[in-house]
Amino acid sequence: MPTSPLPFAAALRHALPAAEWAGLRHSRETTTQRGVRNDRPDQNQSALEEGAMCEVLVDGHFGYAATADLSLAGLQRAFERAIATTRATSAHQVHRFTPNQRPAASGRYRSPRHTSLDDTSLAEITDCLLAASRAMALSELLVNRSARAMLVQTDIHYVSTSGADTQQSFELVDITLSATAAQGLESQTRSWSHTGQFGGEVFHRDTLARQAQQVAQDALALLQADNCPSGRMDLVLMPDQMMLQIHESIGHPLELDRILGDERNYAGWSFVKPHDFGTLQYGSELMNVSFDPTRAGELASYDFDDGGHRASRELLIERGVLQRGLGSLESQARCGLPGVANFRSASWNRAPIDRMANINLEPGQATLDELIAKVEHGVLMRTNRSWSIDDYRNKFQFGCEHGQLIEDGRLGRLVRNPNYRGVTVDFWNRLAGVGRDDTVHGTAFCGKGEPSQVIRVGHASPPCLFRDVEVFGGQA
Amino acid sequence: MSAAPGRSQASSHRSAQHGGASVNAIDFAGRVHAHFDRVCNHLLDELAPGEELTLNLNAEDTLFVRFNGNRVRQNTDVEQLNLSLRLQSQGRTVEKSRTLTGNFEADQAATACLLSQCRQEALVLPIDPNQVPIQNNGSSNEEFRGALLAPEQVVAAVVEPAEGCDLAGLYAGGTVIRANRNSKGQSHWFATETFFLDYSIYNGPKAAKGSYAGSRWSAAEWAANLARSKTLLQLLSQPQQDVKPGAYRSYLAPRALSDLVGMLGWNALSASAWKQGRSPFKKLAEKELRLSPLLSIDENFALGLTPRFNSLGEVSASTLPLIRDGALQTLLVNSRTAKEYGLVANGANESEGPRALDVRPGSLQQADILRELGTGLYLSNLHYLNWSDPVSARVTGMTRYACFWVEDGEIVGPIQDLRWDESLYSALGSKLMALTAQAEIDPAVDTYYQRALGGSRTPGALIDGFTFTL
Repeated sequence: MPTSPLPFAAALRHALPAAEWAGLRHSRETTTQRGVRNDRPDQNQSALEEGAMCEVLVDGHFGYAATADLSLAGLQRAFERAIATTRATSAHQVHRFTPNQRPAASGRYRSPRHTSLDDTSLAEITDCLLAASRAMALSELLVNRSARAMLVQTDIHYVSTSGADTQQSFELVDITLSATAAQGLESQTRSWSHTGQFGGEVFHRDTLARQAQQVAQDALALLQADNCPSGRMDLVLMPDQMMLQIHESIGHPLELDRILGDERNYAGWSFVKPHDFGTLQYGSELMNVSFDPTRAGELASYDFDDGGHRASRELLIERGVLQRGLGSLESQARCGLPGVANFRSASWNRAPIDRMANINLEPGQATLDELIAKVEHGVLMRTNRSWSIDDYRNKFQFGCEHGQLIEDGRLGRLVRNPNYRGVTVDFWNRLAGVGRDDTVHGTAFCGKGEPSQVIRVGHASPPCLFRDVEVFGGQA
Repeated sequence: MSAAPGRSQASSHRSAQHGGASVNAIDFAGRVHAHFDRVCNHLLDELAPGEELTLNLNAEDTLFVRFNGNRVRQNTDVEQLNLSLRLQSQGRTVEKSRTLTGNFEADQAATACLLSQCRQEALVLPIDPNQVPIQNNGSSNEEFRGALLAPEQVVAAVVEPAEGCDLAGLYAGGTVIRANRNSKGQSHWFATETFFLDYSIYNGPKAAKGSYAGSRWSAAEWAANLARSKTLLQLLSQPQQDVKPGAYRSYLAPRALSDLVGMLGWNALSASAWKQGRSPFKKLAEKELRLSPLLSIDENFALGLTPRFNSLGEVSASTLPLIRDGALQTLLVNSRTAKEYGLVANGANESEGPRALDVRPGSLQQADILRELGTGLYLSNLHYLNWSDPVSARVTGMTRYACFWVEDGEIVGPIQDLRWDESLYSALGSKLMALTAQAEIDPAVDTYYQRALGGSRTPGALIDGFTFTL
C-alpha cells in the first residue's frame, strides 16, 4: 500500500462534476531479476514501477489518463486530461456505460506466503541459484546452465467516487532452471519452472540443486534420443504442457472482448459465437474447466478485479458444454452474457481489459499409470517449447521439450522434438482420460491488448489423455 | 495488385520533420530533457571513487485510442518516464530502474535511494567476470518534430473517412524519448514525435490489414491509405477457396516477409545464443549451410527508425552487413558477449536482436508478381510465428488477413486460414525464387510497456513449394 498518505479523495473530488463517476488505481510494483549462468552472476536487476491510472465516466464513456506524479496537482492534471479526451471521444463510444460497471467494493487481499520476500536476502537467493547452476555441471556437453529467479511485489489500491476501496498486496516468485546440451550441430534444452504466489520459502538450496541435476540429466539424454515419430497416435500431456493447451485453446477463445471484436486487429477474434454459450459441445464429457481466482497460491489469485468486481470461482465448461465466458462487467453489459471478475490491467499505465486469471481443468479419477495403461501406441509429452495458434483459436501446433513413447500401456524410450497439431473443438472432444492429481503452473507473460499488456495467469491441470492426434518430430 | 495495402513506401517514410510541432510535444521533450540532465548530474556528482554509472531514460507522452466497429473502445493518455541505473563497482554489476514523477525534488531523492540500494547489493554479489568497462562512446543529440493531431481531433479524423467500415485498431501518437549518459561523460539524446494507426477493416470474418504511420498527419494520405485497404477487402468478398495441406508456390508480400524475417530476432542472429547452443542459425554460423544467393540483409540505421546507440551508449555502424548473398557476415555481438567469448562487439543491444533489419530488394517487378506466381498462394500477412524445430531453423505459423488462391496469374478468391511449417534454410534458401524490386518499411507498432522504436524494410518474396500442414 502507499507508504505515505496520498491525496486520492481530493483528486477524485476534483474530477466531479465534470465526470459522472471517477476512479483511481494506484499501483506500486517491484520486479527483481536474479540470474546465474554457468556459475557466474548474469543478471541482477530490479525495476520499480509506480503510478496512478485516473479513470472517468463522461457521457456514458469510460476514459483514462495515467500519471506517475502522485501529488494532488499531478493527479488533478491527469483527471483533467482524461475528462477532456473522453469528452471529445464519447460521441463515438462503442457502448453507453453507467457507474453500474464499477461496483462499490471494499476489502483487502494478501498473497499467501510463509516468508515475505522482504525477508529473503540477496545472498540467500544467489547461493541457491549458484548451487543450482553448479549442480547442472555434469558434462562438458552442457554448454549453458542457467538458474534464474523473478520476484514480484505488487500493491494496488483502488478507490472510486461510488465508494470502492480495495487494497491488494501480491508476492510472486518464478524460478526457472534450464540446461542446454550441445554436440556437433545438435542441441537440446530442458527446463523446469516453479511459479506462483508464494514467498521466500521456495528458495531451498538442496531442493533446487536436486531439480537442477535432473534437468541437466534430461538435456543430456535428449541429445542422444531419436526424433519423435510422426503419425496419428494417442497423446498423454503432462500438466506443464496442459497449461499451454488450456491457455491458448480455452482461455483466449472464451474472452468476451475477443468475441465482441475488440482484439481483432491484434491477437485476433474467436471461433466462439455468443449463441454457443449453453450449447457448444466444446470437449468430451470428461472436460470441466473453471475460472478460479480464489485458489490459493496460483499466479492470478485475487479478491477483486481492477474494476472493483469481487472475484469468485465459476465453471466455464461443464461436462464438455460451454457455459460461461471470460468477460468483465463492461463486456457483460455489451453482450448480455454472464461473465466473471476479470477486468485486469498489467500496470499503472494501462487500462483494464478482459483477461484470464486462473483457468483450471478440474481433476478426474485416473492415476497417471492408469492413463498410460489405456494407450496401445502413443507418446507422453512434457514441458512446452513451442506454441502457435490462429487468430480465431482453431488450428494450433504445439511442441514440447521431452517425449516418451508409450507402447502397449507402458512408458518406453525417450524421444526428442515432440510436436502435435490439431483443431480446438475436435481436439478437446478427443479427451479420453483425466488424471486425478493436478499441479499448478502459470506464466507471467500473457500478451494481449492495444496498447499491449503482459499479465500473469495461472493454470492447474492433471495429466490428460487424447485419442488419435497428429504427432510429429523434428527434421532428421 | 499492390504488394501490401496502406503502407508507406520506403522513400517517403519519416524524414525528419522540423517545425509545426505541437506545443505539448515541444514542452514534453524539452521538459524531460532538462529534468533528465538535472537528475543525472546529481547522481553522477554522488559517485565515489571506483564507482562507474550508466543511466538510461525511456520516456513518452502518448495518446492511445482503441477502435472497434469504427467506434472508440478505450482512450488512454499516458505520460511516463523511466530511469535505469547500472552501477559498476569493485567488479560487481547492479542495475535498478524506477518510474520518475517529473518532480525534481522527489526524483532526486528517489534516485539517490536507488543508487544507495545498488551499492548495498554490490557488497553482496559475486564478481561479474563479464563486466564491460564503462567508456565514453561519444555523444549525440537528435530530435525529430512532427505535426500530430491534437488529442480532441484524433477520433473524428480517423472514423469520419472510415464511415461504413467495420474498422478495428489502435491509434498511438506523441513523443518518444531514449537517452543515455554515463560517468565517463558520454551523452545521447533521441526524441521523436510520431503516430501510427494500425488497423484492419472487416467484411464479416475476412479482413484487410493496413497501417498508416508518420510524423505529420495528413487527411489525404489517410483517405488514400484507407481506399487501398477497401479495394483489397473487395477482393476478399469473392467465394472462399478450399486449399488442402501441401506444398504450394507462394508469394509473401513485404509485410509477410517482414513477419518471417522477424524470427531472426528470436535468437537466430544472436552471438550469445549461438555460443550457448540456442541459435537456430548455428548451421549458418558454422558454414554448414547457407541461404539463397538472392538474399542479403543489413542492419540499417539509415532507415531512421531508431537511435544508433544502445543501452551502453555504444554507437552502431550506420550499416552493418549481416547476410550477404546467402552467407552470414556477422552475428549481432554486444560487448558483454564479446568479452565472455572473445568476439568483436558490433554495437548490438542487450538482446542481440536486429533493430532496423533491411532486406535488400531483388528484381521482380510489381506488375509481374502474379504472373511469376502462376498457380499458388498470395499471402499478405503471417501470424503467430514460432520455432517448431530450432536446430533445423523450422518455423510454424498461420496465414492471416488478405490471402488468396491464384491460378494462372489471376486471383481466384480468398483462402481459409492455413497453418504452415517450413525451415528458413528452405524458404530463404533453395526455395527462394525471387525478391521484388520494391521494398516497404514496416515500422514497429509494439506497445508492450512502452511504444517501440525500430522496424524493418522488406521486399516481397516468391517461394517455391512452401509447406502448408493444416
